[in-house]
Amino acid sequence: MTDQRTPLVEMKNISISFGGIHAVDNASVDLYPGEVVALLGHNGAGKSTLIKILSGAYRRDAGEILINGEPADIHNPRDAKKYGIETIYQTLAVADNVDAAANLYLGRELRTPWGTLDDVAMEAKAREVMGRLNPNFQRFKEPVKALSGGQRQSVAIARAILFNARILIMDEPTAALGPQETAQVGELIKQLKREGIGIFLISHDIHDVFDLADRVSVMKNGQVVGHARTEDVTKDEVLGMIIMGKVPPKAIPGPGAMQMA
Amino acid sequence: MADTTNTAHFNRARSAAENPVKRFFRATEIDTRLLGMVGAMLIIWIGFDFLSNGLFLTPRNLWNLSVQTASVAVMATGMVLVIVTRNIDLSVGSILGFVGMIMGVLQAELLPQVLGFNHPATWIITLLAGLSLGAAIGALHGMIIAFLNVPSFIVTLGGLLVWRGATWFVTSGRTVAPMDATFRLMGGGTEGSIGATASWIVGFLACLAIVASIINARKQRKRFGFPRRPVWAEYFLSGIGCALVLGAVAIVNSYPWPANIARKYAEANGIAWPEGGLFIAHGIAIPVLIAIVIGIVMTFIATRLRFGRYVFAIGGNPEAAELAGIKTRWVTVRIFALMGMLCAVAAAISTARLNAATNAQGELDELYTIAAAVIGGTSLAGGMGTIAGAMLGALVMQSLQSGMVLLGIDSPLQRIVVGVVLVTAVWLDTVYRARAK
Repeated sequence: MTDQRTPLVEMKNISISFGGIHAVDNASVDLYPGEVVALLGHNGAGKSTLIKILSGAYRRDAGEILINGEPADIHNPRDAKKYGIETIYQTLAVADNVDAAANLYLGRELRTPWGTLDDVAMEAKAREVMGRLNPNFQRFKEPVKALSGGQRQSVAIARAILFNARILIMDEPTAALGPQETAQVGELIKQLKREGIGIFLISHDIHDVFDLADRVSVMKNGQVVGHARTEDVTKDEVLGMIIMGKVPPKAIPGPGAMQMA
Repeated sequence: MADTTNTAHFNRARSAAENPVKRFFRATEIDTRLLGMVGAMLIIWIGFDFLSNGLFLTPRNLWNLSVQTASVAVMATGMVLVIVTRNIDLSVGSILGFVGMIMGVLQAELLPQVLGFNHPATWIITLLAGLSLGAAIGALHGMIIAFLNVPSFIVTLGGLLVWRGATWFVTSGRTVAPMDATFRLMGGGTEGSIGATASWIVGFLACLAIVASIINARKQRKRFGFPRRPVWAEYFLSGIGCALVLGAVAIVNSYPWPANIARKYAEANGIAWPEGGLFIAHGIAIPVLIAIVIGIVMTFIATRLRFGRYVFAIGGNPEAAELAGIKTRWVTVRIFALMGMLCAVAAAISTARLNAATNAQGELDELYTIAAAVIGGTSLAGGMGTIAGAMLGALVMQSLQSGMVLLGIDSPLQRIVVGVVLVTAVWLDTVYRARAK
């Protein structure tokens, strides 16, 4: 159904190796506007590495990235942000010793006409965005390390959506969260999806993401096992893809699919 | 709406449960750690005053203390940024020595050949050359650290040896003297002070600035409807700030010129020598004024500019800073270049004060500078530290030293005491931080 449109992101035949180990080997994934694609696989399957190439943290050895059908030059996180790619890292990647507003605007600070930091304006905007995500959040003056896991997570998410991302990458977004906060993140994902943002959800736990995702792409040992629409497959079939690399009939096999005898 | 009332109610309930002391600190937002340091310093001062039978807390000694602190205090402001980013700079004493020697040769031997002796432009040419040289040396260190990935400890340990050696080569170990007359003003002394009237003017301007900044901060927070300090707390802070400034000015203004210098001055200006001697106040010493201005500029850089924000973010989480798109390597280069420039300022102050550039200038200063920053609350783990704290740390270190000199304690024992105090201070700080969590 989506095949007629230009994909928002197309990563084609991406490879990267670290010291002889092929962390990602000839992997291709794509993402359409307003779509949630879950990238699944065991720890060490290469999902985070693949996605870090898109967010500019790693440089690919081979392959091509197309944004809106046009080749994109992504060499560092700044480049990625220029293309509207925002990432919420598994490690959250927040600076612990500064407050929420400073983290939200890290690298893109608002400044007064005199070139100084406009802390008050940043705090005002931070209060607005955080109010939307986590209405109970009040600790704007404290360094982020004083916050709970869920609050830190809200800071990381707020930072990603603050700058009108078109492509959002969420690496294990609910790993540190309780049930209520997880539900909140789910709501947020649905809302962002309605706004036409494309989202890559990365997880090693299928239960976290199956209900949120439109499609799944499964990786194993650095290769893509296959892609499937969630409506076409069951959780068990996807588990089979993750664990054994066995591709169900309605899914599209990738280079990492188990070879049928 | 219900939400805000709830919070307000909650806050009120919470503050009612607190004792008045806690409520006071919450309202005024005073840094209790900094206050602890001020307290420790007062104890040291009063202790020395008691032991020396009232010699320590005299305008004369406090004025000298302020001049002696200036050079290390200037470097400590830069060391804060270095340590906050989890680096260290062991070369500051040697950079001071090398830049000081170059500035000495420039003003005492090279420039007079071109411009003639005591040319009015000599000091500024010398100072600018020194600042550029310091920045270049610092930038070189920074580039090796950032782009060649050599740990800062090693790079600056190498720098410590290299620049000390280079200092010797400039004049083959010969001491260069005297310095240019205008340049010498940067070192303090009777002439290098701004006098009573100018000191009062500086003091009143500082008071105006304090009040203006408090009013401005309040206005800003009001504009966005953020919580504000209670009005009494604002008055209290303004009052304390102004009282401290004016008190300090009063002290330096009650230290008169020595009688013989005053007499010469009176003769030269045709003033009749009065019966009880002529009272001409020193006022604020120029090196102290330089240090204070640098402290303000560095605080501004650290807290109000993007560069400062990046410095702290890198210290808190280097990986996160890199992923946020900060050019962390260039920030490192700029930090070390800034540190080099501050070494040049310190070199100007100390060569001017000594009226000579020597081979050994600034030896061990790296350790005093690091100690000042660390005593002042800069965490070696990175991410934490304040400029004001480091300058206060420098003052504490210098108070200890000059207090012991005043008591006639031998210099080996002085070192032992300073060493023990350093370790104890950091231990106490660790305990404080652990409890604050």
